[in-house]
Amino acid sequence: MTTSFPRRFTARTQAALAVERLAAEASRRLGRGSGEMIGGKLALRVSPGALAEVGSHRHTACVSGTNGKTTTTRLLARALGTVGPVKSNSGGANMAPGVLAALSRPPFDAAAALEVDEIWLPKVAREILPRVVLLLNISRDQLDRSNETRRIASMWRELGAELPDATVVANVDDPLVAWAAAGWRRQVWVSAGQNWTADAMVCPQCARLLHRNANGWWSECGLARPEPIVAVTGPRELLWYGRTISAHLDLPGRVNLGNAAMAAAAARELGVEVEAALAAMAGLGDVQGRYQEVALGEQGRRGRLLLAKNPAGWVEMMELLADAPPRPVVIDFNSQTADGRDPSWIWDVPFERLAGRQVLVTGGRKEDMSVRLAYAEVPHSVHASAEDAALAANEKVVDVVANYTAFRDLLVRSSR
Amino acid sequence: MRGASATRIALIYPELLGTYGDGGNAIVLEQRLRWRGLPADVVSVPAGSPVPESCDIYLLGGGEDAPQVLAADGIRQNRAIVRAVGSGAAVLAVCAGYQVIGATFPSGGEIHEGLNLVDIETRRSFAPPQTPPPGRAVGDIVVEPDPRLGLPTLYGYENHAGRTRRLPGAGGFPLGVVRRGIGDGDGGATGGGTGGGDGGGGGTGGSDGGGTDGIVDGRVIGTYLHGPVLAQNPALADLLLTWIHGELPPLDAPREAQVLREARRRALATS
Repeated sequence: MTTSFPRRFTARTQAALAVERLAAEASRRLGRGSGEMIGGKLALRVSPGALAEVGSHRHTACVSGTNGKTTTTRLLARALGTVGPVKSNSGGANMAPGVLAALSRPPFDAAAALEVDEIWLPKVAREILPRVVLLLNISRDQLDRSNETRRIASMWRELGAELPDATVVANVDDPLVAWAAAGWRRQVWVSAGQNWTADAMVCPQCARLLHRNANGWWSECGLARPEPIVAVTGPRELLWYGRTISAHLDLPGRVNLGNAAMAAAAARELGVEVEAALAAMAGLGDVQGRYQEVALGEQGRRGRLLLAKNPAGWVEMMELLADAPPRPVVIDFNSQTADGRDPSWIWDVPFERLAGRQVLVTGGRKEDMSVRLAYAEVPHSVHASAEDAALAANEKVVDVVANYTAFRDLLVRSSR
Repeated sequence: MRGASATRIALIYPELLGTYGDGGNAIVLEQRLRWRGLPADVVSVPAGSPVPESCDIYLLGGGEDAPQVLAADGIRQNRAIVRAVGSGAAVLAVCAGYQVIGATFPSGGEIHEGLNLVDIETRRSFAPPQTPPPGRAVGDIVVEPDPRLGLPTLYGYENHAGRTRRLPGAGGFPLGVVRRGIGDGDGGATGGGTGGGDGGGGGTGGSDGGGTDGIVDGRVIGTYLHGPVLAQNPALADLLLTWIHGELPPLDAPREAQVLREARRRALATS
């Protein structure tokens, strides 16, 4: 191996990075996925300080939140790419090993756009000392796991005190995020939108009920929605530091314009002009298979893949489905460990809105989804697989809304 | 008799007690009435506003710690639920809601006062102080209901840190015996005459099965079962409706619910 590491890396970390590369390559050759996890894990075992060594001394931004992490990170990487090389954990491995893997190849002074799991954010950020941290939203996800949304907000708030040189780019429409970010030294407030408010009804500061109206939210303790400097103001329009600019994305939906606004605001902090940032983001059509159209089975059926892994995500997808001509919808619903074992949350999703479409159901918990739809009076059929469902659809192209493991498995099957 | 006009189903504080999808119980009750040609109104009671006394069925769901305390304070303020029950209304309280209708429950290291509608108390643990508290009860739960209720097996999902037990001399009886999961985690130690057998699973740690879950006292039902419980167990929904309406026309719908119960039975038998 001929890679030369910067002199500031300790011998231990240089060894760790060599191990990372070997392990990742071996894993890939054995067909065990992209190898980010295993390589990063081994490297951290060889040199626990490796993350700090490879992560600091460069322009990094961390992206965290319940929904939109992967997409926003990809948008940000595109924007940063207009001014130089960029590293990113584009495979979605968003805990310490995945972040390390993304940072462990030269050039070691490349900027980095890093997706970080909500719980892992403090641990990772303390090591790599990011210049910018993007906080998107906090809502319930995986009910059987840690569901204390306020606990996450509180961890994020404390993190601000440990990162005095970092700027936080925060979504003012999420009270939990705004409260978390208010504890930081410097904020860029963005109105990225929030169409799911059920997990932010109680003030994170004083535990009283929040008040809301069309202009925002506030609490009796004085906590209130900060005035944003960047905001989504229309389907293709942003408020940007006092002026209105237009923004065209290939990614569908208002939710993705919100993600782009967050990414553009972060890119600006790292020296990228908004026009260049938005131009670079425009051409992104799919993210890890999301929004991508793939073959479903071998009989010419195709499906656009949409990810919805919690109530907030489903409401976003409902909005997105309503924007397009009504195609048959295949719902692929699992409750494996990575999805959360408790499927009860589907009762919080307004499935009535699917009435009028052909709806086809599949997945490990297809029976639960079927009961939910029956009570919503949405006629539907139940199928053994997404491919079978697509074959039974009235049209050749369907929309497939899947949760985490269902989506992952679909992507693997369709790319075979 | 209550429910002469539209049956009024009160969904209590969905912003506080709606974290685990229990709002679905209101949808199930409403639809099972409507499909029988009986009018129904779901009255969503937002936190901060007074609980109406005039509803027929009161639903309380699960929630996180701080919201649970807020909810308890709210329903204790006008005690409308207690008066409504006194004049024939029914209650279904799930998880945090179940704890809140009891005498006392823990939150944030303190013990809070509940509505005292049923004779139960909840703590992090009933074990001696030196013993570490039991872990969170998270997972599928199967309950064999008390035979007096005439219900089939109950399926659901539980997710709670608290352990619940009946107070000495408590009224009513446990909803059923836990066949899988934790439930109250009382090991069947207290409370008398379930008719379903106390199982006798010893200890307070709440090992799988043996203990009881929930309470039935008059027209009040408390349980740890999410799912939502009425979606997975339509017979329990109809039992609540019968308490308000008397005999109901039969309803063989939705067929999907039978398929779901069969799927749960198979999944939980093999795993």
